[in-house]
Amino acid sequence: MSVEDELLELVRDIAAKEVVPRAVSYEQEGRFPREVFTLLGEAGLLGLPYPEEHGGGGLPYSTYLRVVEELAKAWLAVGLGVSVHTLSCFPTFAYGDLSRLPEMIGGSLLGAYCLSEPQSGSDAAALTTRAAADSGGYVVDGVKAWTTHGGVADFYTLMARTPAGVSCFHVPAGLEGLSFGPAERKMGLRSSPTAQVRFDSVRLAHDALIGAEGQGMRIALAALDGGRLGIAACAVGVAQAAFDAAAGYARERKQFGSRIVDHQGLAFILADMATAIAAARALYRDAAALRDAGRPYGTRAAMAKLFATDTCMRVTTDAVQVLGGYGYVEDFPVERYMREAKVLQIVEGTNQIQRLVIGRAIAKADPM
Amino acid sequence: MNIVVCVKQVPDTATERKLRSDDKTLDRDAVDGVINELDEYAVEEALRLKEAHGGEVTVLTMGPAKAADTIRKALAMGADKAVHLVDDALAGSDALSTSYALAQALGRVGFDVVVLGSESTDARTGVLAAMLAERLGVPQLSQARKVEVNGSAVTIERVTDYGYDRVEASLPAVVSVVEKINEPRYPSFKGIMAAKKKPVETLGAADLEADAGQLGLAGAWSEVVDFAVAPPRAAGTVVKDEGDGGAKAAEFLASKKFI
Ligand SMILES: Cc1cc2nc3c(=O)[nH]c(=O)nc-3n(C[C@H](O)[C@H](O)[C@H](O)COP(=O)(O)OP(=O)(O)OC[C@H]3O[C@@H](n4cnc5c(N)ncnc54)[C@H](O)[C@@H]3O)c2cc1C
Repeated sequence: MSVEDELLELVRDIAAKEVVPRAVSYEQEGRFPREVFTLLGEAGLLGLPYPEEHGGGGLPYSTYLRVVEELAKAWLAVGLGVSVHTLSCFPTFAYGDLSRLPEMIGGSLLGAYCLSEPQSGSDAAALTTRAAADSGGYVVDGVKAWTTHGGVADFYTLMARTPAGVSCFHVPAGLEGLSFGPAERKMGLRSSPTAQVRFDSVRLAHDALIGAEGQGMRIALAALDGGRLGIAACAVGVAQAAFDAAAGYARERKQFGSRIVDHQGLAFILADMATAIAAARALYRDAAALRDAGRPYGTRAAMAKLFATDTCMRVTTDAVQVLGGYGYVEDFPVERYMREAKVLQIVEGTNQIQRLVIGRAIAKADPM
Repeated sequence: MNIVVCVKQVPDTATERKLRSDDKTLDRDAVDGVINELDEYAVEEALRLKEAHGGEVTVLTMGPAKAADTIRKALAMGADKAVHLVDDALAGSDALSTSYALAQALGRVGFDVVVLGSESTDARTGVLAAMLAERLGVPQLSQARKVEVNGSAVTIERVTDYGYDRVEASLPAVVSVVEKINEPRYPSFKGIMAAKKKPVETLGAADLEADAGQLGLAGAWSEVVDFAVAPPRAAGTVVKDEGDGGAKAAEFLASKKFI
């Protein structure tokens, strides 16, 4: 077995024994599975794509994404949590103080990424949270919205406005003036806390700055390129889980004297689902291969995010259809997958914004 | 302390298992091999003994080439090195010939304590620990739910129908464990990487200085004469409740001597 196969076997083992058994009840209660992330951290799964010399796994992004897909298939709150954590570490890795990285990706800490604000979502560059210069460093005031792991994270990667433009900061949890709104009451993905992060004269030292002042938007968008691949992998995982449930059901359920999968009209739905999932997986792996080869991959990542999450929405909706009435009730998992799918079309850039990114690349005749 | 943990690769219990029609032994090629579940507990206990007392944990496996995957899993959990007994001459071993081969290997490797799971999910004979101890001439402590080593003594809590017995013996000894003993750790990604670099010694039948007639199918004392697929489960008995459902259900249970 290759290292990648052994790693995936470990991930499947953890998913089956530790993740799947918690998903249903935790989602109902909106409970955050911190202990699962602790376990993933101990297993060395919270820093896979970062170099070994900084405490990471030194693995290609494509392998890391297979891990994310496998975890999301078991439970989106976990797969997406790993993706957001990995995204939150990227600015420090690519632009920041590398001596900080081993602890961030070492497994005991969990990160969050603060870009969106109540009044600036898609138009992220319109953010108004301010980091004013101060004798010892910076003083931050403002409100960040929709922060995944808001209130439970150990550090926050923050985009805030400085005189030179948007800048990126490393904010450890527990600073004075840092507080959190109540967790949003969401349609799905309830075990992944999403909350406002409020900065009330939060003082940061000089070395909290990641990269240079004014470089923040560039850093934020570079992080999102990778993050979008994580979301694409999550979407493929959820879609695969929905397909597996629907196909298994269709092979057992009988109507009109035969298994419903033997009714061509229904088998065609499943055939389209399986095909779309395979295509989505191939697309995110293709984008990841570009990234692993050190080539520009942002446009391809936007395509993967767009296609995989739209696929996930359609596949999960069809999975409910395949189960009929049973698909619409909580006794079967597919209604949960359908509720989870929706958020993937919105986060890390809505799918309209992905099209906008792709459209701009076309207009500039960028290589795709 | 020199700790040896015996680990077996078994067919995944989640898949359908088949016997070969020619020699009526398990068809190991047709199924995915996984580490025998109880052996994960044995590995964990071996690692805990090492963590408490120092020393080294050696994995000992007898099995075909693909059992190397199972060895690597034990190494990824934290064992230090492994011995893989692999030879066509060992195929078809029963418990007696297995215990002979393992005992010969253990004589060569040396040990203070041998830890193993109390049975495997494929053959389920549950006799290997006893046979090994006998062949090695050392005490056997079986069905342990707790193990403690103190100097040159080993004490276990042996699970019984009525509770447990405290059993003590001197080292070297053979200890078999049950699943109550611990919670096996997951390997870590770093453990998986490190396992690649750990030494695995491969031994063949010739290395055992053994009597060839006692090894493998030739040395097996038991023979599978015939086998049949388990019949599908018959339809259950339905008791219709017409006011006397409780009494009828009780009657049924009494007829089967359940109550
Ligand atoms: C569960 C969850 C977790 C999240 N986690 C995080 C996080 O960790 N960190 C973080 O920073 N943010 C996070 N977000 C925020 C998320 O990134 C934003 O919700 C998203 O970017 C959209 O912003 P908005 O909600 O303000 O919608 P708006 O930007 O107001 O968009 C509303 C609608 O208008 C469309 N639209 C906007 N502009 C255009 C345009 N130019 N052309 C065409 N259509 C357009 C959008 O596609 C959308 O359909 C999270 C959101 C959710 C729901």
